[in-house]
Amino acid sequence: MTTFLTFTIIGIVSGSIYAITATGLVVTYTTTGVFNFAHGAVAMFAAFSYWQMTQSWMWPTWLALFLVLFVEAPLLALFVEESYMKRIYGATVVRSLMVSLGLLLILVGVAQTIWQPESRTLPEFFANSNVTIGDVTITYHQIICVIVAIVMAAGLRIYLRQFRSGIAMRAVVDDPDLLAMSGVSPRRVARSGWVLGFFLAALAGVLIGPELQLQGLDINLLTLLVVNGYAAAIVGRLKNLPFTFAGGMLLGLIEAYCIGYLPGHIPAALVSQIGLLTPVIFLFIALMLIPSARLRAVGRLAVARPPRVPTLNQSIRGGVAFVLAAWVVAMLLGGTLLANLTQGLALGIVGLSLVLLTGYAGQVSLCQLTFMGIGAFTMSKVADGGASWWGLIIGVVVCGIVGAVISLPALRLQGLYLALATLAFAQAAFYGFFSNTTFIAEGGAIPVGRLSVPGISLTGDKAYMVFCAVVLALAGIGVLAVRRSTWGRRLVALNDSPAAFATLGMSPTVSKMIVFAASASLAGIGGMLYAGQPLALSALNVQLFVGLELVLFVTIFGIRTVSGAVLGGLAMVLLPYASSQLPWWGIGLAGILAGVGIALMANVPDGILGIPWLTEHVRIPGIAGPSRRTEELADVQ
Amino acid sequence: MSSDSMTSPFLEVRGVSVTFGGVAALTQVSLDVRPGEVTGLIGPNGAGKTTLFNVISGLQRPDKGEVQLVGRDVTKLGPHRRARLGLARTFQRLELFGSLSARENVQAGLDARRDKGGDLTAQGLLHRVGVQADADRQVSTLPTGEARLVELARALAIDPKLILLDEPCSGLDDHESQLLGGLLRELADEGRAVLIVEHDMPLVLDICDRIIVLDFGQVIATGSPDAIRQDPGVQAAYLGAANDPEAS
Repeated sequence: MTTFLTFTIIGIVSGSIYAITATGLVVTYTTTGVFNFAHGAVAMFAAFSYWQMTQSWMWPTWLALFLVLFVEAPLLALFVEESYMKRIYGATVVRSLMVSLGLLLILVGVAQTIWQPESRTLPEFFANSNVTIGDVTITYHQIICVIVAIVMAAGLRIYLRQFRSGIAMRAVVDDPDLLAMSGVSPRRVARSGWVLGFFLAALAGVLIGPELQLQGLDINLLTLLVVNGYAAAIVGRLKNLPFTFAGGMLLGLIEAYCIGYLPGHIPAALVSQIGLLTPVIFLFIALMLIPSARLRAVGRLAVARPPRVPTLNQSIRGGVAFVLAAWVVAMLLGGTLLANLTQGLALGIVGLSLVLLTGYAGQVSLCQLTFMGIGAFTMSKVADGGASWWGLIIGVVVCGIVGAVISLPALRLQGLYLALATLAFAQAAFYGFFSNTTFIAEGGAIPVGRLSVPGISLTGDKAYMVFCAVVLALAGIGVLAVRRSTWGRRLVALNDSPAAFATLGMSPTVSKMIVFAASASLAGIGGMLYAGQPLALSALNVQLFVGLELVLFVTIFGIRTVSGAVLGGLAMVLLPYASSQLPWWGIGLAGILAGVGIALMANVPDGILGIPWLTEHVRIPGIAGPSRRTEELADVQ
Repeated sequence: MSSDSMTSPFLEVRGVSVTFGGVAALTQVSLDVRPGEVTGLIGPNGAGKTTLFNVISGLQRPDKGEVQLVGRDVTKLGPHRRARLGLARTFQRLELFGSLSARENVQAGLDARRDKGGDLTAQGLLHRVGVQADADRQVSTLPTGEARLVELARALAIDPKLILLDEPCSGLDDHESQLLGGLLRELADEGRAVLIVEHDMPLVLDICDRIIVLDFGQVIATGSPDAIRQDPGVQAAYLGAANDPEAS
């Protein structure tokens, strides 16, 4: 009984925090249409600011709370809304997703720069004060968490029903145009949506910070804790606040009971993994319970001018030039930079898998690095820690199968929900597989060798880099050939209008499954080459954050182009290399630059390579050049 | 029943009802569409015409009722399965593959077929529907009228037995509408069934063999253009006064 009570209380407390987090997400989403992936990063930022004020500067608690919740969070919200969120209202899901992911990386990057790694803990509110009921001890902090959640829920209910601006917020959900006609600016409502969302995120951050006594404040951990909030928000279908609240509580309790009632002999490491896995699985199940997305005619014409598709000749010439360039670079360089660049080329192949899946077919995936890991893992198993062409073939097949299986639930979902499902899969694979010592040997690295080509030794780093460049070039030529083929036309058609696609007699389901499988296989090949450089792949290489960065970099350069994938892959390694050469402030550089790039992208939807000036004035053989259609476009205008 | 009820209908809709959150969009709608005929579906805005098209093409599940193609119940089949049975459609609000060229749009339709289009070519189809613009131009840059014709060409690419056209004349001038009317007759004469939603009354009365009138989600009249012109209920609901010059 005592155990039950103890874990029920733990569950209610974390459930309260999840409820607060999820409510903030839902409020922002319903009022602005933007699902704020950076919600957790805002919570993290608030927790660190609060630590800074109370623990480092020793300011009084009340002042710090006031500054974090009522000054910092609202100002940050208004700044973010004004500086770029306002440009993506009504944009496609992919774009608004990328922009909020960009904000996540900026906040993480800035936090990494300000708060260099060291051990930090936040004290609980009224630390060491508690009440005892029977055998169960409840801290004041726990009581405060629950009270705050209840007050928030009640307050929000009153606000949304009784106050003018609250009613406007509900109205904007139903019909923004009608609201605008009645004299309320939807922009103003959106701003209050952001402010309220950021406030609730900050509140959750301040409450959850002290709960992390063991781990201490950790930037990634805090940012990701909010994935738990996603799950609760999905229970409320991203609009129903009472269900969202209930979802938060339910998740908190399930999580607590899962840990509380595990058989005693399970090692502590596994217990913490189960704790991390529960919300992810909860999210996945909540997503599966969402009714299948109906095909509908959207009546919106894709107007963005597609990037020019090079001919076979052009792409071959481009590929040869690329390999020669890589050769020269390999001859000139050595050491870390050479190794990094090689891995960048391998990441370019993973980037190409995104071009196929997201750029052409319009399907979002945040789990490409998971396929990269599966590819490397299969290679390692088949070739016994080395590498063989059989390993390559089997790895490609395994990735394809896993990709197709993952696409099954994904096919029911579209846009945002698809992104969340792939995110849940990436997290589940990370906690349950790649960092699980049952599957990956102690030390956490998967040993992988380098493929051998008859007559050529690839044991040298230089030769291996040229080899990776050759594979990347071939993959790029292949992806472009796909784009020019009947099948490529199909993918683009599927992206432009799924309804018309189906009414022509083509099955969207089958097409999506095939492209998921093909893209997973390609990512798997990238993974084998990536791991072949340092002869191992560690769980850290396939973390969700790394995957998000890759998606963002490829998007920044142009997710519909092969060159965008290549440059995105290289940026993934060059920026961290640059920051490692810089003094202390370099640590968050990669994230900040990715975020700023995305902020700029709010204006340039097609990525850097899609900037009109570039496509019109710069001609790089096989990469960029004036589009033949530019002049015709001008005709119409 | 009209005189040519000898030919069995290609499409049969039986007792279809659809509600959106308590609002009845379609109530007990039944209708037949026969090969060799141009059937007009008319009715005021909000009568449920587009909803009915969505039900027939499989984009909307009906709450009640049944849709049959060539005598086969397809109510539970997805849109792509129905397309393979010979159903094609266009959309009131264009659903083109915006980043592809006009030619590629039609080619996508040809590619969807088992025989990859046989001897039909994208160029030939574009020519047939009267697209004047450069076939290699990105469709999202085309004027609405031309884009509509591209959508029609794409629908024809799958060599449909039944083609649903949702306001094909909007965006076309009078002359172009006339040409399109001729083309629709031609399609029917080839033995296809044509079902058309259109607001251009003179054109509808001119080219249709049969007209179905929908009002508030219910079929209020079915018959030849002459019969419809004279139906008092229709005049009240849709055509306006008896001597309305538009209706004569």
